[in-house]
Order: sequence, then structure tokens, then C-alpha cells
Amino acid sequence: MIPAPFEYIAAESPGHALELLADYGDEAKLLAGGHSLLPMMKLRLATPAVLIDIGRLEQLAGVQADDGELVIGATTRHADLAAAELVRAEAPLLAYAAAQVGDPQIRHRGTIGGSLSHADPAADLPMALVALGGSVEIQGPGGSRVVAADDFFQGFFETALGPDELLSAVRVPRRPGVPWGYQKFVRRSNDWAIVGVAVVDGRIALANMGATPLRATAAERALAEGASPAAAAEHAADGTSPGEDMHADREYRRHLARVLTRRALEHQTG
Amino acid sequence: MTRIELTVNGDKRSDEVEPRLLLVHYLRETCGLRAANVGCDTTSCGACTVLLDGRSVKSCTVLAVQAAGQDVVTSEGLSADGELHPVQAAFRLNHGLQCGFCTPGMVMAAVGLLAENPHPTEEEVRAGLEGNLCRCTGYHNIIRAVLAAADTQAEVQA
Repeated sequence: MIPAPFEYIAAESPGHALELLADYGDEAKLLAGGHSLLPMMKLRLATPAVLIDIGRLEQLAGVQADDGELVIGATTRHADLAAAELVRAEAPLLAYAAAQVGDPQIRHRGTIGGSLSHADPAADLPMALVALGGSVEIQGPGGSRVVAADDFFQGFFETALGPDELLSAVRVPRRPGVPWGYQKFVRRSNDWAIVGVAVVDGRIALANMGATPLRATAAERALAEGASPAAAAEHAADGTSPGEDMHADREYRRHLARVLTRRALEHQTG
Repeated sequence: MTRIELTVNGDKRSDEVEPRLLLVHYLRETCGLRAANVGCDTTSCGACTVLLDGRSVKSCTVLAVQAAGQDVVTSEGLSADGELHPVQAAFRLNHGLQCGFCTPGMVMAAVGLLAENPHPTEEEVRAGLEGNLCRCTGYHNIIRAVLAAADTQAEVQA
């Protein structure tokens, strides 16, 4: 399978990438690791006329501490995120989630910004960002803005990113020692979650239980009101209407959400 | 067309490529290196695994233009002066293959794994080769081969 023809431009800086986006608009796509975009292009589900490569921009990669938050460059690869000492110590759920993406080769290429912009509701990092209460930094023609994870994911593979904008960094709270739990149900290794659950300090996020990663708000409320993990987990699927596919029908997904939430709450580390 | 300059198995190359050319097709058709196989073509099977700046990647999901300025190593580039690389030798000795289609990718994934973790446990080898499928062997001899290669490399370095 070979992508449709396109023009390739290696951006020289984030500003250059924004200029190119302004010039080409909807015709262009940003390329970083390419592990969401290239498979789509090979299947001709995506046929951008122009690819703007930001994968080599060192300004966009790496992890830094900024007061109460870790700031993770958008082109930080999953393997580097999983191995980063600062992330392992202060946002361990995010490091763990990065290590659950795909397989080693995929983690050597795929980037956090790419995964979040792609916004697959079954993916690890979108769910992790929602559980952590993180946010994304977005650069655009009018400057930069910060969007909370809960507002960033807007629909099935849809985000708050405009066609002329670039997701430049990801912010998560620095919280060493806070308990967290992570459960991902798959039938094959390195697959997307049939259902996933990430828990951090009373916040519960679900993967593949709707068009976006979701908060299990009823279960969170029950926990806050003093319910046991098992009792709170009974509410994990409340209000959800997950999709059906060859792996699971709606009721089975709702069952998995309850079981995995209980396990995530009962087996927290940190 | 876009000009790319890169190193393939130690040789500096400069080629005009179509931007949509996949790295695996560049290696097989432009460079004439046929070790990396196109298996699933969907980033699943790992038969096209090569090293890009020392890290294992699936070359069916990398554009040749993305490899510009970088160092690519295929299974052909591992052996030197007719001597098999320790991982290749261990696959041979432990019969870590049957039909052989997945083998170049398995070998490159194993070389990448041992570079990151020179002394893996069996469990770490299994997890480290998660991105490579073999439809013949049931994996046991492949795992043995990688563990044996780790021992050999340790001896060589001692």
C-alpha cells in the first residue's frame, strides 16, 4: 500500500510550520512520527496534498519541569516518554501509558502530540491525559493557548485543534507519590484497548467507551462520597453508550468498564 | 522528487526519491537490499524492521524522506567480513526460524532490544519482540536464540 502523492516540506522551526499551515490550510497535515497518519495515508483514508514534517524539530521534544507541571514536547516519542526519569517520578501513570502503546518499534517512532491529535478514543495517551487532568499547548496564527484535556477531545478522532494550529506541548501536574491504576483489556498483544481505564487520585478516565476518552463521573462521585472501590466501580459505565465491533458489543464493553475500574481502583500503585 | 542523503549499512548514499516512497521500498528497490520484507504492510508484523539511528523501526511505516540524514541498518549490514553477527549466529545455532520470512525483522528487533537491554530476562525478550510475528515457530527457539545471543555478547565483552 502506497500513499497518494503529496509534497513534502521539512519545517525549519515551529514558526515555519505555522507559516506553512497558514499557506496551505486544509490541504496540509503535520507529520511527526507518522505512526497514526501514515497508516491512514496508506489506506487512502487521508490524502493530504502537503506534509509538513515537524519530527526533526528539537525545540518540540523533551521533558521539562515548570513550577507545578511537567511540560512535554509534542514530538517526544513514546519510548522516551516512558523512560524519562522526571515523568516516571512525577507523573508515573503517563510513563506507564506510553509504555503500553503498540510495540517497541512503534514506541520508537510515535509521538505524544501525534497520538493526542489523532484522538483515537481507544488509545492509551488520550485516556491518560484525561485521567491526569492535563492540558495541551496549541500554537496558532493568533498566538498560543492552553486547552484542558477534558475540552480538547471533542468527538470521534476530533479535537479542538484548528487546521492552522500546531499542538506544541503537553502539560501534566507534577504529583510524585499519588496513587494511580491502569487497566487495558486487549485480545492480542500490542492492540488498542477494547476498554481501558486509568485512575489517578480519584479521577477515572475510560478508553473506547464513547467517541472520546471519557471521565467516569458517576463512579468518581461515588468514590468522593466514600463508596468502596467495588461499589464505586459499579457506576463506571453510567451514562456511556460505547460502540460495537467484532471484539465486543455495547453491554460487554459496559461490563468491562465496571470490572476494569474496580481492578484499577483496587490495584493502585504509587 | 526530493533528494535524501543518508547512511545505509555504513555506505553514504544520495538519492532522488518520491516523498511517498516508503523506507522499506527504498531499501529493497533503490538500494537492492532485500532482507527487510513487506509482510502485513500495516505496522503489525515487524518483518520490515530495520534500525534507524540505532533504534528498531518498522520501515513500512516510515517514509524514506524521514530517514534523511540518519543511519539505517538492515540485516545485511550486521555481518562483517563474512562473519555472522552474534544474533544472526544464535538464530542459526538455535534454529530460530522455519520459513525465514520473519527472520530479518526478528534479528533486527533483537539487535535493537539487546542494545537497549544487554541482559534481558526471558520475559523481557518476549515483551521486546512483541512487535514481530512468526507464523511458524511458536517463538520458543527465537526466544532461545535471543537469550543465547545475549550470553555470547556478554562473553565477547568480558
